Amino acid sequence: MQLNRDQLEKAYRLMKTIREFEERLHIEIAKGEIPGFTHLYSGQEACAVGVCENLTDKDYVVSTHRGHGHCIAKGVDVPGMMKEIYGKSGGICGGKGGSMHIADLGKGMLGANGIVGGGPPIAVGAAIAARNKGDGGVAVAFGGDGSCNQGTVFEAMNLAVVLKVPAIFVFENNGYSEHTGVAYAVGSGDVAARAAAFGMPAIKADGSDFFSVYEATREAVERARSGGGPTTLELAICRFYGHVEGDPQRYRGKGEVQRLRENLDCLKHFRARVTEAGLLSNAQLDKLDTEVLDLIENSVQGARSAPPPAVETALADVYNAY
Amino acid sequence: MSVKSYRDAINECLHQEMERDQTVIVLGEDVVGGSGTEGGKEAIGGVFSLTAGLWGKFGDNRVIDTPISESAIVGAAAGAALAGLRPVAEIMFTDFLGLCLDQIYNQAAKFKYMFGGKAKTPMVVRMTTGAGMSAAAQHSQTNYAWVTNIPGVKSIVPSTPYDAKGLLASAIRGEDPVVFFENKLLYMLKGEVPDEPYTIPLGKGVLTRQGKDATIVAFSRMVHLANTVADKLAAEGITCDVIDPRTTSPLDEEMILESVSQTGRLIVVDESNPRCSLASDIAGLVASKAFEYLDAPIKLVTPPHTPVPFAPNLEQAYLPNPDKIEKAVRQALEGI
Repeated sequence: MQLNRDQLEKAYRLMKTIREFEERLHIEIAKGEIPGFTHLYSGQEACAVGVCENLTDKDYVVSTHRGHGHCIAKGVDVPGMMKEIYGKSGGICGGKGGSMHIADLGKGMLGANGIVGGGPPIAVGAAIAARNKGDGGVAVAFGGDGSCNQGTVFEAMNLAVVLKVPAIFVFENNGYSEHTGVAYAVGSGDVAARAAAFGMPAIKADGSDFFSVYEATREAVERARSGGGPTTLELAICRFYGHVEGDPQRYRGKGEVQRLRENLDCLKHFRARVTEAGLLSNAQLDKLDTEVLDLIENSVQGARSAPPPAVETALADVYNAY
Repeated sequence: MSVKSYRDAINECLHQEMERDQTVIVLGEDVVGGSGTEGGKEAIGGVFSLTAGLWGKFGDNRVIDTPISESAIVGAAAGAALAGLRPVAEIMFTDFLGLCLDQIYNQAAKFKYMFGGKAKTPMVVRMTTGAGMSAAAQHSQTNYAWVTNIPGVKSIVPSTPYDAKGLLASAIRGEDPVVFFENKLLYMLKGEVPDEPYTIPLGKGVLTRQGKDATIVAFSRMVHLANTVADKLAAEGITCDVIDPRTTSPLDEEMILESVSQTGRLIVVDESNPRCSLASDIAGLVASKAFEYLDAPIKLVTPPHTPVPFAPNLEQAYLPNPDKIEKAVRQALEGI
């Protein structure tokens, strides 16, 4: 393990922030406070953070409809995200994007994306830009197992291999393409093997283990930065909530979610690992928990009290609204 | 100033813009040509030779041959634009818009708005359009109306070599995604074109003929047919304004409304299928904003609502032509 204590604290803080952000949204959405469709990332935190802890602001990330975790891991402002999801002024996109379209170009966060499979071609373009700049930047395309069945994703993977650009395709295989199982929807069931067939290294890692994700990504990022071309990571992971908030999840097995929370909770794994190794204490982690809960509470209060966007902003940001 | 073809004007613009700004890149199928072959690179320079000579001058990183993957081409252009480049993507035929439309209308078009104004997406997607070569139903369409319907995207339909060069330069230097429709029957059309770089503002039409009896609005290759008709009628003393809006989005509404307010008669010539077309859009514009000036029903000259047929005689029957336009003008003059 090459991470120092500061890095470990940061990783835990980010994972915990994502978890509490999503858990709180789940509560507030049920109260009817939040408009629109929201897809929660709870359970998958080690994927976003394990990947993004290998990146800097010069690196790009293209996300998905389930994008809050990627945004937080890439350093997007948490209160600004909360306001955005509430559809309020001061939101990271002025309340014009919402949960599925959070972006922060300055952080290299090129956008969550409401179109499954829409992101990977964009990431290849960002990787071309990074290559041409020559600054060693890389572009990561996050996707789920659902996206691995989209032709756009195949096009993007092949193009990245052909051009040998610094792109990394991360498939978070949480077992469900919306409400349909991977066992049904992914022929062969092997996402990494598909990527390998395009001619790039494809690595499988345990998405519930931060360290497994971090190490796999480190290798991929090193290859990309040094001109070695693209890599695919398939991360086995689980989703604690449904496809979208309000999903009754009748496709789940009996007691499935409870088992997942007990056995595959990346935060619990992380805590056990670092405390047993004597790297961080439970007291240190508890303190981080408190700070995170304060941040989330403040973010929710800030979002609730923020005014809605000024109506005239609806006509801004297109060159001509006619 | 020298005489150049529409094709050479576009090629010259690409050369000059790539020289001017190193963030401009070109990508698409066969834009270099010959990659991975015994014959080697630069075998073709684009299927219509629009990108000829670029790779030799600007190299692999800026002139990029892609696999046949339209969605990846346009998506990569969108991502490269977000990340600071000015990509010019080539889609061989506008008929392949269906393969890459998501990356245009759900992605590139919306970044600026969805992201609260923070994103710039300076990219151009060039594509060939138009019927008349017996290229049949999947290589002949005119679907700029689809693109015009998308907020946030600009749509350019140049009719002359001069306009093609100046409008493309504006598109490349702008901050919004642009679709640039090149009518393939115009590639050999020649005209006066300045040798130095220049820009033409988007959203400004041009009056190619001036008159007082009727207004003909026409797009792309149809402009030349409208000019032919206007010249023929002028010999009889019937004079027409012919307006080439040059861009369908933004649209120079003012020029159209001003002209109709003077002539009282409107004929729109559009190679698109008629339903939800530019023709119907401009008819709607004039009916809603200049109804009081109209002295006759608005006449629309378009193909029928069918796919483009293959057989040469069927294709000619499908297309607008000077006879159809002349008939429409005469009907408008008679108020029928």
